[in-house]
Formats: sequence, structure tokens, C-alpha cells
Amino acid sequence: MKTLTLLLTLSLLASGCMADDDGDEGNENSWRFLQKQRDVAAVSNPQYQEECGSCHLAYPPGLLPARSWKKIMTHLDQHFDDNAELEADVQKQLTEYLLLHSADHSSYRRSGRIMRSLNGDDVPIRITELAYFRHKHNEIPQRMIKGNDKVGSLSNCNACHRRAEQGFFNEREINIPGYGAWDD
Amino acid sequence: MNYPLYIFLIFGLSASSVFAVNTSTVDRLLQNYRQQGAHDFDGKAGEKLWHQSFKNPKTGKLHNCTSCHSKNLRKPGKHVRTGKHIDPLAPSVNAERLTDIRKVKKWLLRNCKWTLGRKCTAQEKGNILRYLQSQ
Ligand code: HEC
Ligand code: HEC
Ligand code: HEC
Repeated sequence: MKTLTLLLTLSLLASGCMADDDGDEGNENSWRFLQKQRDVAAVSNPQYQEECGSCHLAYPPGLLPARSWKKIMTHLDQHFDDNAELEADVQKQLTEYLLLHSADHSSYRRSGRIMRSLNGDDVPIRITELAYFRHKHNEIPQRMIKGNDKVGSLSNCNACHRRAEQGFFNEREINIPGYGAWDD
Repeated sequence: MNYPLYIFLIFGLSASSVFAVNTSTVDRLLQNYRQQGAHDFDGKAGEKLWHQSFKNPKTGKLHNCTSCHSKNLRKPGKHVRTGKHIDPLAPSVNAERLTDIRKVKKWLLRNCKWTLGRKCTAQEKGNILRYLQSQ
């Protein structure tokens, strides 16, 4: 009996681990009661992590549609008044990764909601300017953001969402530096 | 003709070229810069450039290498725009620095353009690397 329980637990864990990587919503339901579900797919490409995670966190691709990533990736030498230019081969590989995992190619629920909140031809180049994002963050007072040394701006997701690169944004994991958990 | 000397020279030359293949990232970059006409790299000049401010024509703000890296290279820095932590640049406290040739080239290109508003010359890059290397 003991062995059977052990086997069952192991296989459940294994299926959970697989769901972790492939982002398939169906598979993920079995994982759900063991761990709170991811909001968007985790960053899964080490090169993306290295290149796009050196000046800020590596934003999970499922937070913007493909057309936005395309626009961002074609203007890297003028990237929000900074210079993020890459060698052509690296730029091409990372663009492919981003397009393949963008919000419109993801089955994660938060990506779906982001897509539904967009107007047909909007091409936002910031996550923080998405209507969906603004709506979720409009109750946070400025003293916790601009007036907060450890945050500075809402673009700094991982200051408050400690597992942002892994795709977790749920309320229970929020920890605003100097203020702690969020309860509204 | 003095054969022993001749042989000695050939040996010496080939030994030094074998050595060149194994030299450090910085030496390889300096070699590239020499091929572009730069010479006599000077860490003092590099240090001066490190602390020099340049006015950005668009915003009027002063840009400096130390806007993001620290004045003391053995200390960590902080990205001026995003606030992200940057590990120290001094190889003496961060052994990974100046070891990856693509990485060094990439950041010198970006950071010179951002700080000076233009690419650095081969001479300037060589001077800076000499300075960073000595820290
Ligand atoms: C040289 C530094 C640097 C690199 C490298 C870099 N970025 Fe940025 N990025 C910035 C800065 C600066 C901002 C603006 C931050 C702000 O306004 O607070 C920014 C903002 C962004 C934003 C908008 C965030 C928001 O407010 O919603 C996205 C998306 C983004 N970057 C994607 C990327 C991608 C993709 C890469 C890799 C190809 C990359 N970045 C590499 C400096 C960089
Ligand atoms: C100052 C801290 C802070 C920063 C920085 C921040 N958030 Fe949030 N975020 C919050 C809080 C607080 C909530 C919950 C708001 C509420 O429900 O009233 C939230 C909610 C969310 C939600 C919805 C979660 C849910 O369960 O409804 C998402 C998605 C999210 N944030 C993504 C991001 C992304 C992406 C970034 C960076 C581009 C970011 N956040 C930056 C504090 C922050
Ligand atoms: C706007 C911010 C910013 C400014 C200004 C800046 N840097 Fe950097 N620099 C970075 C970031 C971010 C990295 C990569 C992060 C890391 O490797 O920890 C970096 C990396 C480097 C590296 C790579 C070192 C290695 O081998 O890992 C060198 C060299 C460098 N910078 C030199 C300079 C020089 C010289 C200047 C002035 C001309 C300068 N930087 C100005 C942000 C900046």
C-alpha cells in the first residue's frame, strides 16, 4: 500500500513538472492543487535571460503580443532612450523566441486576458501601458512606487512580484518593499 | 650567415605566435585595436575617460560611465534608469569580467554610444580596458 501511494505521488509530481515547462493549460490543472498556477509562462531561454535580463528583469514573453515584440526588437539601438543593440544573429534568435511565446501564442490565462484587453491594431511597447496592466495597478499609491527607493517604477515587476520571471503574479505572492503583503 | 641565430629567431617567433593564441581576452582586443592604428594604451587616460561627463544633446543631462557603474570599480553599481544591481567590474573582485570577448565588445559599443553619444575610438577602448584590467 505504501509503495502504491508513493508511486501515485511520484507520477503526479512528474506530470506536474512536465506541465511546468510546456505551458499546456489542460495538463496544468493536475498541478493546480499542489502549487498555485502560473499567470504566464516562465522565461525558458537562457540566452534571452542573459541578453534581455541585464538591465532589468527578463520580461516573460507572454506579457505582450507578437506585434509588440517585433517592434521592440527592430529598434534596439533606441530602446527607451537606452542602447540595447545586439549582433544580428542574436537579435534574430531572440526575436524568434519572443514571437513564438508571445501573448497571442500562449494558452496561459493572463496572456489571454491581456490579448482580450487590446484594441485590434494597438502595438503597445510597454507592458506598463497596457489597459489591463493599468487597471490592475491603479490602486497602488505613488509613495509605494516612485517614492520607494527599492521600486522606482512599475516597470520593475520583480521588486513586488518576487517570482515575476517565473511567471507568477498572483496577489498572495506580492511583497512591496517596505510595505509587505498587499491586501485590498 | 649565422645559422644558430637564424634557428633561434625562427623558434622564438613561432613560440610567440603560439603564445598569442592563448592570450587573454583583453590582449586579443588590444591587438585588434593596434591593427586599427591605436598604440601605447594608457590606463591613466582610461581612468580619466571613466570619470568624464558628457552632455547628452537631446536631454541636456550629463552621462558618465559611473552613471551605472560605481566610481570605485570594486564596488557594485546600479543602472541609472532601471535601478538594477550591477556586479563590480574590477577583475580582482569579479573573475568573470573581461573574459568573454563578445560580451566586452557588445557593452563597450552600447555604453560608449550611450555615455559619449558616439562610438569610442580604438585608442579610447584600449585605454579603458587597460584601466579596468588594472583594478
Ligand atoms: C542596455 C540596457 C537594456 C537592455 C540590454 C534591454 N533593455 Fe529593455 N529597457 C531598458 C530601459 C532603460 C527601459 C525603460 C525602463 C523604465 O522606463 O523604467 C526598458 C524597458 C523595456 C520594456 C518596457 C517595460 C515596461 O515599462 O513595460 C520592455 C518590454 C523591454 N525593455 C524589453 C527588452 C527586451 C526584449 C530586451 C532584449 C532584447 C531588453 N529589453 C534589453 C534597458 C534595457
Ligand atoms: C509596486 C509594486 C508592484 C510592481 C512594481 C508591479 N506590480 Fe503587479 N501588482 C501589484 C499589486 C499590489 C497587485 C494587486 C493589485 C490588486 O489586486 O489590487 C498587482 C497585480 C498584478 C497582476 C494581476 C494579478 C492578479 O492575481 O490579479 C499582474 C498580472 C501583475 N501585477 C503584473 C505585473 C507586471 C508584469 C509588472 C511589471 C511590468 C508588475 N506587475 C509590477 C504590485 C506591483
Ligand atoms: C546606462 C547604464 C550604463 C552605463 C552608463 C555604462 N554601463 Fe557598462 N554596463 C552596463 C550594464 C547593464 C552592463 C552589463 C551588466 C553586467 O554584466 O553585470 C555593463 C557592462 C559593461 C562591461 C562588460 C564587462 C564584462 O566583461 O562583463 C564593460 C567593459 C563596461 N560595461 C564598460 C563601460 C564603460 C567604459 C562605460 C562608459 C563609457 C560604461 N560601461 C557605462 C551599464 C552601463
